[in-house]
Amino acid sequence: MAVRIGVVVFPGSNCDRDTLHALDLAGAEAVSLWHEQATLGGVAAVVLPGGFAYGDYLRAGAIARFSPIMRAVAAFAAGGGLVLGICNGFQVLAEAGLVPGALLRNACLRFVGREVAIVPARLDTAFTHALASRSPLRMPVAHGEGCYYADDATLDALEPNHTRIRRVVWQ
Amino acid sequence: MTSFRFAVNVTPKPGILDPQGRAVEGSLGHLGISGVSGVRVGRRVELTVDAADMESARVVVERLAGELLSNPLIEAYEIEPLGAASSIVGVAGVGVAGQA
Repeated sequence: MAVRIGVVVFPGSNCDRDTLHALDLAGAEAVSLWHEQATLGGVAAVVLPGGFAYGDYLRAGAIARFSPIMRAVAAFAAGGGLVLGICNGFQVLAEAGLVPGALLRNACLRFVGREVAIVPARLDTAFTHALASRSPLRMPVAHGEGCYYADDATLDALEPNHTRIRRVVWQ
Repeated sequence: MTSFRFAVNVTPKPGILDPQGRAVEGSLGHLGISGVSGVRVGRRVELTVDAADMESARVVVERLAGELLSNPLIEAYEIEPLGAASSIVGVAGVGVAGQA
């Protein structure tokens, strides 16, 4: 039986359909989860897609973080549930404190839309275990606020050698 | 209940990269302005709180400023009381009527 995966839809999400389609292609049973829902409907994993949740007003992800569904996502993650944030979804997770750090406006002062090479730091996670090796993955990025920031103590806690986590988190 | 008007000024914390400030600073040459540095761009949010007194109104604004209006990892905020909310109505009225 196909694994059921939820895709959270905020007002302003614009990659939710792509994400549902990609999950279908990967053999999952993909379902939409509306941001006003307070429960996740028993899904095995949750994806927060890209876009501009709540117009990205104040800061990207700042308002989306207080959606009813985010309480359910936080509880799900605290219980060991798998949560993936793509692009704006990652910004929402950062604002919600589910991933450490914050995303600043790009240091280059420009919107960045291009392909980047990402080297998986580990192959023993649910997201990377199907990869044959740690060779770079080509991934598209598109963001105006993609400059990852965390203080040194946070980076030390993530990984003593900062370079790798920076590369993995956002290139 | 009384209405209290506040402004919350949110700015990037010292040491945090501020590309907006840098862009503004970089444009000063085009205006023929020199001798200006340390530009930091933040945002100002004005709001009205209905509360029994100033102290309880301030508690609400503190929570709002710390949890939503700013991200404590990268931004600092400052709360500025603006006095009684009723004084603002006139200002809004002028704007609606289009009389500058």
